[in-house]
Amino acid sequence: MVKFKIRDLDVWFGPIHAIKQVSMEIQSHEILSVIGPSNSGKTTFLRTLNRLSDLHASFRMSGIVEMERVDTRGMDAETLRRKIGMVFALPLPLPLSIFENVAYGIRMQGVKNRKTLEEKVEEALQQGYLWEEVKDRLDESAFKLSGGQQQRLCIARTLAVQPEVILFDEPCSGLDPISTAKVEDAMVELKKKYTIVLVTNNVKQAARVGDKTAFFLSGELVELDRTDKIFTAPHDQRTNDYISGKFG
Amino acid sequence: MRNPRRTEKIAFFFLLLATLLIVVPVGLIVVIIIQKGLPAINWQFLSDMPRQGMRAGGIFPAIVGTIYLVAGAIIFALPIGLLAAIYLSEYSRENLLTRLIKLAIVNLAGVPSVVYGLFGLALFVVFFKFGASILSGSLTLGIMILPIIITASREALESVPSSFREVSLSLGASKWQTIRHIVLPNAIPGILTGTILGLGRAAGETAPILFTVAAFYLPQLPHSIFDQAMALPYHLYVISTQVPNVDEKIRYGTAFVLLALVLVMNLIAIVIRTKFRKKKKW
Repeated sequence: MVKFKIRDLDVWFGPIHAIKQVSMEIQSHEILSVIGPSNSGKTTFLRTLNRLSDLHASFRMSGIVEMERVDTRGMDAETLRRKIGMVFALPLPLPLSIFENVAYGIRMQGVKNRKTLEEKVEEALQQGYLWEEVKDRLDESAFKLSGGQQQRLCIARTLAVQPEVILFDEPCSGLDPISTAKVEDAMVELKKKYTIVLVTNNVKQAARVGDKTAFFLSGELVELDRTDKIFTAPHDQRTNDYISGKFG
Repeated sequence: MRNPRRTEKIAFFFLLLATLLIVVPVGLIVVIIIQKGLPAINWQFLSDMPRQGMRAGGIFPAIVGTIYLVAGAIIFALPIGLLAAIYLSEYSRENLLTRLIKLAIVNLAGVPSVVYGLFGLALFVVFFKFGASILSGSLTLGIMILPIIITASREALESVPSSFREVSLSLGASKWQTIRHIVLPNAIPGILTGTILGLGRAAGETAPILFTVAAFYLPQLPHSIFDQAMALPYHLYVISTQVPNVDEKIRYGTAFVLLALVLVMNLIAIVIRTKFRKKKKW
């Protein structure tokens, strides 16, 4: 099933043309890895999907981003962002307790019942593979967790809102290899229920977890194909050069 | 040939001298006022009405009047200042209008206090017919401290990392929910600090209350916000220049109470700031 359909997307920040004529489809229950050197428009692309780019005063776009055949520009941003969760590059806990971090999104939807909140928080922390480590210290500040735990907390926090899509923006860039492996395991497990778009600077990570891989260069989508094809027989010479490490 | 070591020493000497010159007057003010004013302080001085043409008795009505004025100023200035700061830092986009508003706020802070007094007289006392009253005085002081509160609140709001806002929005919270639950709670220490500094300023100013509220002498406490009131800074001016033969002890005692009031407020602001700075987790 097609989750996102993007047609002729152009994005500008003031005079900077960040995304150029990108058209693609994103299938549900798949992990799409987006790779490319820095400043290639990967993160902008991700933040245009959940309309976080709108926050920039100089943001302009043309083209259409449809989610399940509905133009995202026509939807109200809060509803859209409830359906599209996001995990950021650095672990960014809110300055609240572990419990309140996970409960935040649900609370903002108006849920006040303590028991409902507790159930949903536990469920989300289980899914984020963090429950066993934090179940006895839910009221502690989230900043007391280690970096890897914080990132899994951020994943749990995103899951608690029960989105349909999760955007990962270089989620492992600040993590050690073991924490990275845990986050990658979580992603592979999550794709059963969610559609995942993963922006990564780590080409090997894209090869490990992505069902499909998109290669961005200078704001253009160079190539989008099954991950095994991209990494064994890419169509475009530039893709080949990037994944083989000739530039980046 | 120049000796770099000697140049260094001379520079160091002047730098140190300049720094000491800042500390000395502050120290002297505090020492002189404490030395001359403290002997006057007793329960009667703080709680009694002035007697014998203000040459004896206490300064209770002036203390009460100053507290009323400061409270009134804050009731007026804090909500307006905070809401304006939220608008400027969270909602407004950079354009000609917001640049004008920000310029106006900066300039408002630079207006001499006596001009505020005249302005309050024209607007509140005469035009709105509030008369010389606590209401007029509070509003005038409130306008005077608005720029302090807006500037401090804006800085406090803008110091909350924008990544928190993005996280909150990405979880489906609305903009107002984000402000209400994430931005404001983390900005409160800064807002409080600015507010208390504003309070201290309002408590100490004479010129804005001169035409709008301050009474030379009142035999009783004010009954409503439409009454005139005595106030510490104006009372100090009166007993120092307008009434002959006032004991030095009473003058310095009044100055001591005013100074203590303002310093205590500033101290509270500093304590709040350090306390929350330690708790800050990012």
